Amino acid sequence: MLEYIRFIVFAILLLSGLIIQITALIGVSRFRFSLNRIHAAGMGDTLGLMLICLAAIVYTGFDAVTLKIIFIVAFFWLTSPVSGHLIGRLVSEADEQFAAEAEIWKR
Amino acid sequence: MKKTMKKPSERKQHLLNWLENGDPSLEMEMEDALSEKEAPELEEEDTLEREERDDPRLLAPSRLEKHPVYEKWYRVAAMIVCALLIGILLYAAVKMPKFGGAAHLLESEVSEFYVEHTMEETGAVNIITGIILDYRGFDTLGESHVLFIGMCTVLLLLSIKGEKDQERQLQLEAYDRHFEPRHDEILQSCARILCPLILVFGVYIIANGHLSPGGGFSGGAILGGGIILYQMAFGYLPTEKFFTFRTFKVVSVVSLLFYSCAKGYHFFTGANHLESGIEPGIVGNILSAGLLLPLNCVVGLVVTCTMYALYTMFRKGDF
Repeated sequence: MLEYIRFIVFAILLLSGLIIQITALIGVSRFRFSLNRIHAAGMGDTLGLMLICLAAIVYTGFDAVTLKIIFIVAFFWLTSPVSGHLIGRLVSEADEQFAAEAEIWKR
Repeated sequence: MKKTMKKPSERKQHLLNWLENGDPSLEMEMEDALSEKEAPELEEEDTLEREERDDPRLLAPSRLEKHPVYEKWYRVAAMIVCALLIGILLYAAVKMPKFGGAAHLLESEVSEFYVEHTMEETGAVNIITGIILDYRGFDTLGESHVLFIGMCTVLLLLSIKGEKDQERQLQLEAYDRHFEPRHDEILQSCARILCPLILVFGVYIIANGHLSPGGGFSGGAILGGGIILYQMAFGYLPTEKFFTFRTFKVVSVVSLLFYSCAKGYHFFTGANHLESGIEPGIVGNILSAGLLLPLNCVVGLVVTCTMYALYTMFRKGDF
């Protein structure tokens, strides 16, 4: 019984992670403007990766590898938003047609 | 054609002028960046005009859209190729031997020999390091030199000649700040946490190369990435406190010389059946496996220097 519950939780986590990753992939390739693409890519790198890693933890159980998986998630949660922020900042500074694709709020 | 052929002397003069003084537009941009002018704010009408103007990304038809039949077949063919590739890869992934399974390794004589003899002959627990640094050490020597030669070519092509005075340094900083998002609080706080971890991890991978997966190339790439992150976050001047062009020169050349000498000695004694005096040591210790640990370190240093130098050359054109 416990095995079944574990498998179902694993399957749900893995499937939702994969769905989010595929959504991110479609978003990156289909959106036209860079800021929209950053949004899609950041989603896959944070939430999708975390769900897949959780699925791996549930599948293998708690051991030394769990710590490594947690480190992977922490690393990506640190780096992916920062890289998204940097790309967004670069786009807003370097894109000549930025006004056509985004609404600029003046402070 | 006529126009270009008309005044060769004038063109030559222009080219020489360009070579010596550089692109005038670049200097103008530098001056703009130095004075740190605010971008002129867009008027309301201006933005409207911009929106109405033909945005090339919105309106330009791609080459494929001009030929509907061709586009259709192209898409179908692309889908078939992708599906085939996915199928082949999935089939191969299903057929792969289990990780750590012993039965599938002994399919060919070469791998059987390596699996049986690497540990006692070279002292490396990680068989791959034993192969690439011992059995095929000559190959890895060539690879390290290829990296070095590539770096030399990039230096020849991209280095900007100029006085190394304070003003020029400030100019370079200002020009760099124009586009690169530096002095960014978010990036800096992230780099403050990550840089030490990345550097320590790179050193671990290099030093543990003969015991666990890893080695000079991968560890060197991680170290180079860590230094590049540090430079991205904090700028040229803090990085130049520990990594200058002189560091690059000395470390690369000394590493390659050491590699060549050590490997040459090893080959000489091995080919002439002499005692080399290099013992594999106790298998599993960190100070074991004879030459593998120093060679790993040397390769890692070369890769680190090359990665960082490539990045700096492409970004700044100077150290």
